[in-house]
Parts: sequence; structure tokens; C-alpha cells
Amino acid sequence: MNAPSAIVLAAKDFKSDTKPVWCPGCGDFGVLTSLARALADLSLRSEEVVLVSGIGCSSRLPAYTTCYGFHGVHGRALPLATGLKIARPDLTVIALGGDGDGYSIGGNHFLHACRRNVDLTYIVMDNHVYGMTKGQASPTTEPDWDNPLTPGGIGVRPFQPLVIALASGANFVARAFSGNIVGSAEIIAEAIRTPGFAFVEILSPCVTYRPEQRQWKELVRPAPVGATDDPARAARRILTDDGFNLGVLYCGSRKPYQPQTVREKKTLEDVAREFRL
Amino acid sequence: MRNAPPDRMLLTGNHAVAWAARLARPKVLPVYPITPQTPILEKLSEFEAKGELDAEVITPESEHSVMAASIAASLAGARVFTATASQGLLLMHELLHYASGARAPIVVANVNRTVASPWGFWPDETDSLAQRDAGWIQFYCESAQDCLDTVIAAFRIAESVLVPAMVNLDAFYVSHALEPVSVPGQELVDAFLPPYSPPHRIDPQNPESWGNVVSQEMYCRHRRDLGEAMARVFEVALETEREWSRLTGRSSPIIERYRCEGARTVIVAMGSLCGTARDAVDALREGAEAVGLLKVRLFRPLPVEALRAALAGVAEILVLDRNYSPGYGGVLHQELRGALYGIADPPKIHGRLAGVGGVNVSAERIAELVREAAAGEARRESVWVEG
Ligand SMILES: Cc1ncc(C[n+]2csc(CCOP(=O)(O)OP(=O)(O)O)c2C)c(N)n1
Ligand code: SF4
Repeated sequence: MNAPSAIVLAAKDFKSDTKPVWCPGCGDFGVLTSLARALADLSLRSEEVVLVSGIGCSSRLPAYTTCYGFHGVHGRALPLATGLKIARPDLTVIALGGDGDGYSIGGNHFLHACRRNVDLTYIVMDNHVYGMTKGQASPTTEPDWDNPLTPGGIGVRPFQPLVIALASGANFVARAFSGNIVGSAEIIAEAIRTPGFAFVEILSPCVTYRPEQRQWKELVRPAPVGATDDPARAARRILTDDGFNLGVLYCGSRKPYQPQTVREKKTLEDVAREFRL
Repeated sequence: MRNAPPDRMLLTGNHAVAWAARLARPKVLPVYPITPQTPILEKLSEFEAKGELDAEVITPESEHSVMAASIAASLAGARVFTATASQGLLLMHELLHYASGARAPIVVANVNRTVASPWGFWPDETDSLAQRDAGWIQFYCESAQDCLDTVIAAFRIAESVLVPAMVNLDAFYVSHALEPVSVPGQELVDAFLPPYSPPHRIDPQNPESWGNVVSQEMYCRHRRDLGEAMARVFEVALETEREWSRLTGRSSPIIERYRCEGARTVIVAMGSLCGTARDAVDALREGAEAVGLLKVRLFRPLPVEALRAALAGVAEILVLDRNYSPGYGGVLHQELRGALYGIADPPKIHGRLAGVGGVNVSAERIAELVREAAAGEARRESVWVEG
């Protein structure tokens, strides 16, 4: 993460004028608000932050902020973000997207991004469904969830993103809920502050294709214990909870990948000079 | 048969594709969703859930894996169908080459949609035309009926020559437009399309292997074999069309001539543009202008001889391309220039980039383009048409 700048922006300054096309009630609105708040709390500036996404409803988020945005291709947010962070270590790089984008088509990249431990934050808005393509089962979908593409349920064991992240070497693993703006903002801020690959899974309901997820707000609760730095203990906790414990579940101290491209941090004036014609 | 289809149904292009696939009785259907192809998958899953389709629908983690699963299932001797669009087809690219090299006669329906970046959901045929050198048979459909007839025919042709086939339909104009469609009965399709029984398959009793490392000579021979199989497509397609027309009364030639008798100008197009071009031809003929349409339904292998015969003696050709190859122009325009090279009394070939990125091209606009072309010189490069 960058050292804080002198001029402080408010959360609203991180939201753009573009009106989100999300369905009313979509959890992703909450994630946008939490992210804006976290960036403000960290005293970051829009031009110091890049949001890199894949494809999906959730991946539209960068356009709704005033930060630099990169709307990539389906499943490839992490390799794009890695390339960017390595070329410009001075920027705060946040990759984000959905569970389909990150665990299905992009699942392979998830493993290797955790392993490589580049200083990135990865936010997955998990709604256990492919929202944008109208509601097919994703890797985190419950095996018995009935839908038109897999009538009677997919019948396949769900993907366990948090333990997979741990096993693959992520330095920070947390679970948040889109409806809990303050709590999610704190978790996102801590993820950005922590060096190395920080993974934040945000339960973010798809009210259109999974209306029953409106119940999540009644199911979520803070994790009974704080973060541990022992991956085995964290894995055991995650595997034995019911998927609704919120908070930082693991925070390690692995040395992040150090790119050879370190350069001077630019000031706003430097950026303005470059853009001058 | 249980739930035999009524003869005439109101179907979208996507649902006509799903009906055709159902009637072809595939055994394995690996699928990954992408707009605007999703209704095909939903319909096929519904058929399967109701017990009307005896196939295994699997949902791999991406299109790359869809094509990998399709190849192996096909080589194991199963009939395989899948559908995709745009980015999904692009992600399959590596394995499209593998499938044709392995001679796996998979049938894929591709809904033609713009490719990123920038993002769009509009009809544009660049996605599949960018796969033209992958060794797949390629068809382009004009209507929902065309989709149904072509998917069924594609299985028969692909399996006869052991080359995979891609059936393309334009996003929304064809994929989502409702039309009355004649849906044949299962017995008719069973008589037309026998069960898939390849001469080689993964068989523990008779071990063979695929995808080995080969010498330069073997590689070269392999490519030539694929080319020879492609060359047999014309004859097989003709015989397939005759049989289909005998059974259904409908004929779908590899190239179709519409009101070309005595035509001075012939419009050449593929896919949904043909429907609009027909209206333009009708309007021009009404005004006593000698204009016809040539619809290219089979694009790979390119029916060079048939095109030369059909366009001999025509003064002007207007090619409409809903695709763009940057640095060269409209793909059909440039391919047609090559196909007609050296023909006696060569026609003037005018190429128009009409409808790229889904820009709407009306029948009136096409009629104007015909007149403008006749009045001007033919240029080597393709010319942009504003919407
Ligand atoms: C290569 C490729 N295949 C398929 C698609 C179609 N597609 C777009 S978004 C998406 C899934 C989105 O699900 P998820 O990542 O969970 O995000 P959500 O929409 O639920 O936020 C799919 C399959 C695509 N854009 N590219
Ligand atoms: S479909 Fe679901 S994920 Fe997409 S915007 Fe609507 S509620 Fe959100």
C-alpha cells in the first residue's frame, strides 16, 4: 500500500457519476460503498488506485468509481492485476469480480496468485451463481440448488475458496458481508494495508436469481475468535464453520513477491504534468 | 415417441438449434453459458430433465474445457454437441485446431456476437470468421428454419468426412427472433442421421492413440488428409441436401441463388443480412432493376467452383460483410475476390462493410448500395457503410 497523501478524500469522492445497472437490492451496491469507504479511510486518492475486474455483474464495479479501472475478460482479473502491480508497484491494485469469474473460468489464476503473493487485494463478490448470464450454478453453488441449466441441482461439491486460498499461500484471508458496510470497509482496508496477496470473500446476494439469499443478513455473525497467523488453525476453523462467520480469519507474514521494477512514487503534480498537452 | 413435436412451432433461432440438437440424439453435451447463446443450453437441459433427450449435460469451468471434453467424448465414439458465442469461441481456439486435427466430428452452434474489446452484445461474424483456418466446416444461417435444418445436416456431413462443423447464427436477429419453424419427427431424423459409428474410436479392445508427436512428413500428410476430407464436403453436402429435400420438401443448398435470372448485379452475403437483402432484391426487381442475391451458406470449405459458376456473366457484385479483418477488410469480400480470380469477363466486385458491430442495415440502404455500386468503380479495399 502507498503512504497516505496530504489531501483527504471522502468516501463519496470515490464513487463516479455512472449509475450502476445492477438490479435494485443487489449486494454489489454494498460492496461499492464499503470499498469507497475503505479507500477514504486509508487516505488514498483515486489516481493511486486501480481496480481490475473480469466479466460479470460484479465486475462492472470499477466503472462506478473514480479510480482507474480495467474491465478485462472473463476470468482474467488476477493475471492482469499481477502484470499491473509488477509494472507499477507504487499503485494500490485491487482485483475484483464474481465467484464464476474467479473460481470457475479463472480458478487456475486464483491458485497461482495466492502462491505468488504479489501485493494485491482480491475481492470476490460471491453470490453462488452466474448472475450476468441469468442464473446458472457456479463453483460455490449448493449441490441441490435447482435451476434451468442443472435441474435438480448440480450435484457437485462446492468449491471452498477460503481454505483453497490458505492452502495456496494467500497471506490474508477474510470473509465479509455486503450488507455490513462498516465491517466490510474495515476488512477491505485491512486487506489493502497487509503486504502480499490479500483475499476478501464478500457474501453479496443476487436478489434476482437467488432471492433466498436475502436471508443471509440473518445468518451472518462476527467470527467468535480473531484472526490467527497459523494457517492450519485457520483452515480448521474455516472448514468447521457454516460459511457465515465474518472477519479476518487468517493474517500471515509471508514476504510478498518483490518486483524488480520499483520506481519513484508519483505525486498528483507528476501525473498532471504527464497529461498536459 | 413421447412428446413428439408438432410439425410447426414458433421458435427462436436458439430454440430451433436446441430442437435440432435434440433430434440428432447427441450423447454428450458439455456447455458453458454466454450471452446470447444461453437459451440453447436452457432448452437442452429442459429436454434432458423431462426425459426427452438421453444425453449427459456437463458444465465444465470454461469453454476451453468444454471443447477439451467434447474432443475426448467424440473420440470415444459419442455424438457431441455444444454451443457458444463470441469470447467463448475465441477461448476454444486452441482446441478447435486440435479437434479438426484429431478428426472429431463435433457440431458447435456459435451465436455470432462482437468480440472484446470494447465489449458489446451485437451481431457480428468476426468471432467465427477468425476461426476459418482452424479446419472446421462452417455454415451461416439466415433464419430459425435454416438453423434447424443446418444443425441436423451438419452432423451428417461432419460424421461422413470426420471433420468438425460450426453452425453460425447472428446474435438477436436470428438467435432471438421468433419464426414459424417446421420441426421434423424423430423417425424422419433417425432415418436421415444414423447413429454415430466412427471407424476409429478409443476402444480398449483395439488400442489406438491420438495426438502423437510426428515427423515433418507425417505432419504434412496429416494436413493433406484433412484438406482432402474438406474437399469431399461439397459432394457429401449435395447428397445430404437431396436426401433432406426428399424427406422434408425443403432444400438448403450450400449457396443459394435468389432471383438471379438475368441479374446484372448480384448481392453476396451470409447470415441474417440475406433476409434483408431479399427484401432489397424484391423492391429493386419491382422497379425492373435486374438484381439478385447469392447467399453463401457454406463458408468453409469455400465452394469456389459453385461460386464461379453462379457468378459467371454477372456485371457487378456487391458483397456485404458483417465482419471486419483489420488491415484487409471484409472477409467474404476478400475471399470472393480470390475465388473469382481469372474468371472470364470478370465482374466488378464491390465490398461493403455493412453491419459491423451490429449496425442496422435496412433493405432501403442495401438498395441504395446496389445503385451506388453500379454507378461507381470497384475498389480493391472494402468500403465502410454508415448505419
Ligand atoms: C470466455 C467467456 N465465456 C463466457 C462468458 C459469459 N459470462 C459473462 S459473465 C459470466 C458469469 C458471471 O458470473 P460471476 O463471475 O459469478 O459474476 P456475477 O454476474 O454473478 O456477479 C459468464 C459465464 C464470457 N463473458 N466470456
Ligand atoms: S443479476 Fe444478480 S448479481 Fe446481477 S445485478 Fe442482478 S442481483 Fe446483482
